[in-house]
Amino acid sequence: MRGVVLGLAAVVAVGAAAEPRRQKLDIGREATAHEIAGWDIAIRPGRGLPPGKGTVKEGEALYLERCAACHGEFGESAGRWPILSGGSGTLSSHDPVKSIGSYWPYASTVMDYIRRAMPYGNAQSLSNDELYAVTAYVLYLNDVIKDEEFELNRENFAELKLPNEPNFIQDNRESAEKEFWKDPCMANCMPGEARIAGRARTLDVTPEAGKGPKVE
Amino acid sequence: MASTERPSKLSRRAMLGGLAAAAPATGGSALARGPGNPANQPPNVPDWSKYLGEGVAVRAYGKPSQHEAHVVRRDVEWLTASKESSVSFTPLHELDGMITPNGLCFERHHAGIAEIDPADYRLILHGLVDKPLIFTLDDLKRFPRVNRAYFCECAANSGMEWRGAQLNGCQYTHGMVHCVMYTGVPLRLLLAEAGLKPNAKWLLLEGGDAAAMTRSLPLEKALDDTLVAYRMNGEMLRPENGYPARIVIPGWEANMWIKWLRRIEVGDEPWHHREETSKYTDLLENGKARRFTFVMDAKSVITNPSPQAPLNHRRGFTVLSGLAWSGRGKVARVDVSLDGGRNWQTAQLDGPVWDKALTRFYHEFDWDGRELLLQSRAMDATGYVQPTKAELRKHRGVNSIYHNNGIQTWHVKTSGEVENVEVG
Ligand code: HEC
Repeated sequence: MRGVVLGLAAVVAVGAAAEPRRQKLDIGREATAHEIAGWDIAIRPGRGLPPGKGTVKEGEALYLERCAACHGEFGESAGRWPILSGGSGTLSSHDPVKSIGSYWPYASTVMDYIRRAMPYGNAQSLSNDELYAVTAYVLYLNDVIKDEEFELNRENFAELKLPNEPNFIQDNRESAEKEFWKDPCMANCMPGEARIAGRARTLDVTPEAGKGPKVE
Repeated sequence: MASTERPSKLSRRAMLGGLAAAAPATGGSALARGPGNPANQPPNVPDWSKYLGEGVAVRAYGKPSQHEAHVVRRDVEWLTASKESSVSFTPLHELDGMITPNGLCFERHHAGIAEIDPADYRLILHGLVDKPLIFTLDDLKRFPRVNRAYFCECAANSGMEWRGAQLNGCQYTHGMVHCVMYTGVPLRLLLAEAGLKPNAKWLLLEGGDAAAMTRSLPLEKALDDTLVAYRMNGEMLRPENGYPARIVIPGWEANMWIKWLRRIEVGDEPWHHREETSKYTDLLENGKARRFTFVMDAKSVITNPSPQAPLNHRRGFTVLSGLAWSGRGKVARVDVSLDGGRNWQTAQLDGPVWDKALTRFYHEFDWDGRELLLQSRAMDATGYVQPTKAELRKHRGVNSIYHNNGIQTWHVKTSGEVENVEVG
């Protein structure tokens, strides 16, 4: 009898190693709604907005107090901190400026990001009403909201559209760049001798200049 | 003896030029080292052969030799406004093999390093699941686990080079990549534990740092090879790499590898968060931008010689060394050119070739002391061939910032000094 039981156990063990595990392991415990609510701060297009409201005017006062020191009074940036506005019409130029107004596809992203990460160094400190107000003001700086008296809230948020939304495409490298799958050339691959066309030194990127490209 | 003639003037020049001016770069180890002290060299007997050294456990957690103190991560101060949202680069030119030492893995934080007490660590898994779960670190460690080495490359690696050669050192042009052996739980086991609803398609991964970093991850990848890792190279993750737990998404851009992982939400659509809209989307010449460009294309770089590691021996037998990797699978082959891409020879891959991991290559040649234009070209198991920078720009323009995997050129001068250049 005992031998039979052991034999069965061995069969089960072998099966478990060979196949994807189907049985639950019973590790961890159920998360409560209360626990989840404390950490679930994500907002996405059409979903996740907290209750609350705030006007552009209220947002302006808040922004000047808690954001402008880094991002500039009009979102133009103070020093090397990120810009929050400007740049429309520049995306296909030699010097594209990617701001909320010129580049970002969704307004929900603005609210989500401020909620989780700003103000820098004091994240998750804004109340829901403050969040609506400062988001409204940042969108006002980007000409997405045009009326100073506008009150942003959970109900009217979905009406906000950012102009660059249609200009995002899915990753198409595997079709658009399919010529990169090839039999590589091994000899006399290019005519003539190689000529140096650019050097790191001629650009002379000095730290003081502060004009180098930014890591994003 | 030729080998003791260290070109000290060269090292100064190397430090004053180009990027070396932009960052406190010391050169390679060979540059930093002088001819030494004859009293320690044959026929003399040095002190370390006579007297007792430090005993055991004096160095309870061992560190590299004091003579290797220049082998460190470095940043480029002008790149960012604050050190807490910035990047430091791996000194690739000082390393060999394919595993990066933990203390040298490049860093990219968005709100500094979160210092998490493991007793307070919690991971919440919720959303489109049958039963939302909360795990402690001990819970995660109870799950079946796997060991896998993967490269982790920031999509902005080489991002400063789109418009032309700019940074003089592979630490800066290519140092946002590292490769360690992770120990962790396959994410699919955690998802199975919670039970997925039929409409589950995307995951949101969220960090516990002060940026609460988030990225959306397609469910297929989560069920494939994604890990929740808690160890690197055997020891617990370093705080700068996400202690006590991070996501590992083999072959995909490092920004998605959320550190200090605190929450996984299962959903039906992507979240379109800041790191996948404002950032980590690739702006093309026509003003359109590619999004969800997760996979890292095959890439390689010659780490030695390189601007921080000149060819000090001037001529004779030379081992050229480099790294190759691909987000689509194993590296199949690496070719090397000494003449700026006119002619190529296949390099030797050495050590294990792992899936989606750094792979080491060597090319041995006799240097006749003439100028060289060194290039390497990786190919992966899918047949993808690393493009030239010109080929890449033809498709993407120069505004993309991300995913620059173009072929790198190093100009070796007759002096042995090396510069980052582009060839026409
Ligand atoms: C101490 C400086 C500082 C303050 C104050 C600050 N920010 Fe920021 N902000 C930053 C930095 C730094 C980043 C970029 C962080 C990163 O990418 O890692 C940023 C990024 C942003 C972004 C995203 C920009 C982009 O293009 O992706 C928005 C939006 C933003 N901040 C809004 C705000 C708002 C609203 C406030 C006030 C409530 C605020 N910030 C206060 C420093 C600051």
